[in-house]
Amino acid sequence: MTSLLDSMLVMVLVLNLFALGSSRLRAVIQVVALQGALLGVMPLVVHQHISPAAAGVSLATVLLKAIVIPTMLMRALREAQIKREVEPLIGLLPSMILGAAATGFAMVFASGLPLADEHTAALLVPASLATVLVGFILLITRTKAISQVIGYLVLENGIFLFGMLLVEAMPLVVEMGVLLDLFVGVFVICIIVNHINRAFASLDTRRLAELKE
Amino acid sequence: MTFSLALVVGAIALAGCSGLPGLFCPRPGRWGQKAATWLVVLAAVAGIGGAAVALAGETTATWHGIALDALSAWFLVPVFLLGALGSVYGESYWPQASHPVNGRRLRLFWGWLMAGMGLLLIARHGVVFLVGWETMALTAFFVIATEDEQATVRSSAWAYLVATHLGTLSLFSLFALLRKATGSFALRPLTVDEAGIGLLTAMFLLALVGFGLKAGIMPLHFWLPGAHANAPSHVSAFLSGVLIKMGVYGLVRILGLLPAPPVAWGVLLLAAGVASALGGVLFAIAQHDLKRLLAYHSVENIGIIVMGLGLAVLGRATGHPDWVLLGLAGCLLHVWNHSLFKGLLFLAAGAVVHATGTREIDALGGLGRRMPWTAAFFATGAVAICGLPPLNGFVSELLIYLGLLRTATVPATPVWPLAALSAPALAMVGALAVACFVKVFGAVFLGLGRTPVTEQAHEAAPDMRGAMAVLAAFCLLIGLAPGWIAPLLSQACACASPGTQTGTALASLAPFAWLSAANGALLILLGIGVAVSLRLLRRHPVRRPGTWDCGYAQPTARIQYTASSFAQFLSSIFGWLFRAHVDRPRVTGAFPAASRFASHVPDLVLDRCLLPMARTVERWLGTFRRLQQGLAQSYLLYILVAVLAMLVCTMPLGEIIKRWFCR
Repeated sequence: MTSLLDSMLVMVLVLNLFALGSSRLRAVIQVVALQGALLGVMPLVVHQHISPAAAGVSLATVLLKAIVIPTMLMRALREAQIKREVEPLIGLLPSMILGAAATGFAMVFASGLPLADEHTAALLVPASLATVLVGFILLITRTKAISQVIGYLVLENGIFLFGMLLVEAMPLVVEMGVLLDLFVGVFVICIIVNHINRAFASLDTRRLAELKE
Repeated sequence: MTFSLALVVGAIALAGCSGLPGLFCPRPGRWGQKAATWLVVLAAVAGIGGAAVALAGETTATWHGIALDALSAWFLVPVFLLGALGSVYGESYWPQASHPVNGRRLRLFWGWLMAGMGLLLIARHGVVFLVGWETMALTAFFVIATEDEQATVRSSAWAYLVATHLGTLSLFSLFALLRKATGSFALRPLTVDEAGIGLLTAMFLLALVGFGLKAGIMPLHFWLPGAHANAPSHVSAFLSGVLIKMGVYGLVRILGLLPAPPVAWGVLLLAAGVASALGGVLFAIAQHDLKRLLAYHSVENIGIIVMGLGLAVLGRATGHPDWVLLGLAGCLLHVWNHSLFKGLLFLAAGAVVHATGTREIDALGGLGRRMPWTAAFFATGAVAICGLPPLNGFVSELLIYLGLLRTATVPATPVWPLAALSAPALAMVGALAVACFVKVFGAVFLGLGRTPVTEQAHEAAPDMRGAMAVLAAFCLLIGLAPGWIAPLLSQACACASPGTQTGTALASLAPFAWLSAANGALLILLGIGVAVSLRLLRRHPVRRPGTWDCGYAQPTARIQYTASSFAQFLSSIFGWLFRAHVDRPRVTGAFPAASRFASHVPDLVLDRCLLPMARTVERWLGTFRRLQQGLAQSYLLYILVAVLAMLVCTMPLGEIIKRWFCR
């Protein structure tokens, strides 16, 4: 089972780098949807026996992260009539290299952590740290509101991965609560995206700096 | 709950509600103001009644954190007296008809201010005290900022707010320490073994800063001149007469709770008092603004009060009950006296401002003929504040003199030179005060009017005159019959320092009977002198030539001696202290162009230290403003950097390196 889990995690890491390296928003949304789907399946892989509750969480995660949220983002994209992130604050290649460096840092850092034995084998901890860092990089370097949402989603995926460690201990309610938060957050941001577009005739969040006193 | 405490609590409630009916009355009408005044007067009658019972010697038991004793009652009397007189005065000085917008607000906060002070005076529990204290502090901010459409008023009010919050901060620490020592917030005397000298000194210093900021002891007085000058005059009278005394009350009360004070406390208080008295009167001489000048005299008088308190603490530290009694009696009596004569002076100054519309001393002149009553009341207040017989200021200063001179007779204590040298310092303060008030009275009420504003000046309205007359009468009464006040004073002193002798001791220490006789005789002589000179004046009418009328063809009233030129001698002696901004014109050629001369003395603490310091800090902190760009991305970057830094800090770097280098 561990090798399957590890290969899925490597997949997640590769998708991270893809999200960093692509300028086409549509592709990035699809990548994040795929990442969400992988994450949704992962509890079933981690769990040795499949309980109905775990299956429910899994299903809900896949539904939300792989279908509902990407659909909403796609719609926002269509309405705002933009296709690509043209002016990231640092270039695509440098941000990819940064992402790789962050992944390396996460590996080194996780190797020094005093983890429980059952967690040292899998790549779970380094992958989750790397994903969080990549989410941060996306949030910091991208300026379009949609890209910000994507960065936020990647960041949340990293936290979700970390929660996988506690999958035995974490009650169902917490999982569902986190998912609901995510959904509401993205929902609200999608509405705001529309408003930003209408107010500034652009999705550049740097324009929001005009709002400061 | 006893009857006297109930009376005081009722008075506080009435005062607190006094502004409420006005909120429901129509704005232009005068019924709201009438109702407020009557409620405040009623509250004052009840409150002074309750206080009188307590001053007669009744101490009530603590009831829900409040109680009444002679010390509380001593301070309650000026709160209610000046509160009521200020309200009556305000009927004509700040009528609703001419101040439709801020009049209602002023009266609402006036009532709350009285109520807050009443509450803190009867509080025997730290939290109740702080509730009263903060009610007072915040409502005072609103009454100072009554005319908040003016920028100077706003900046003075902000300076006050900063000062009062600083004070409250140290009071919070003080009560926390008190609770640490006693285990409860109740204000009760500590015993010697409950707290070490370190803790006690920390509490003393916190009390000195917290209450000193409110009282306006010299380096902490920075809010006081601006706030007093820019508030409406009856508010200035209330602030100066009563509000700053709450700081004195706090100090007296807390010092009464702390056991066995060391000599250093007394020395510190005495030194602060001398610095405050001298500094206050010196800066007063340099002022051109009538109310600002009076405000600096408040700093001076607080200094005299604190000198008395310092003497009392020295007496407790060295075991001299006579110093304690004379010091405390002088301190407490001067609290009353200062609220009487400073209230009187501010109300008279208010009448001048009301009549002429300016506070600039050098713009006034010759008002004595147009406003004889106001001039007479101002003169009464001036004589009293200078500590001259036969008025009340002389009595309290005499008590402090007696105490200070007694320290010189016991040379065994290590501090006697300092204590004994304070007496000449106090004498110098008195002399400088005389110079200052000669300057003010001469420039404002005598001579000829310097500007047209003096020509339409009118005498104060009857209710304004009435309020001033009551205060002047009390000044005269205490001066002529200090023996009547002595028993009440002894009661208050006994409450302020438990464990020292009372009653007969004070009368035996101070010659009240002689004082009455001398003051009475002086007053009679004064009366005869005035009568004779009036008669002479009538027989030989005064010729009125122009100023400097000796060959100059076109004299004007502006070439009279101004207040600044009168004070120039003293200002030049103390020029190193004042560091005046002088705008001196350069006069060249045979026919020089028109030019102006102006000088201004900035405040030593606020304008010379605090504001430059604040500007430097602001400039320094301004570099951080670059971090706040309003860009979400950069904020996220800060978070990332912080998270990474924390991760790296927790990383077992040694372990990792060891693993890499193991062979």
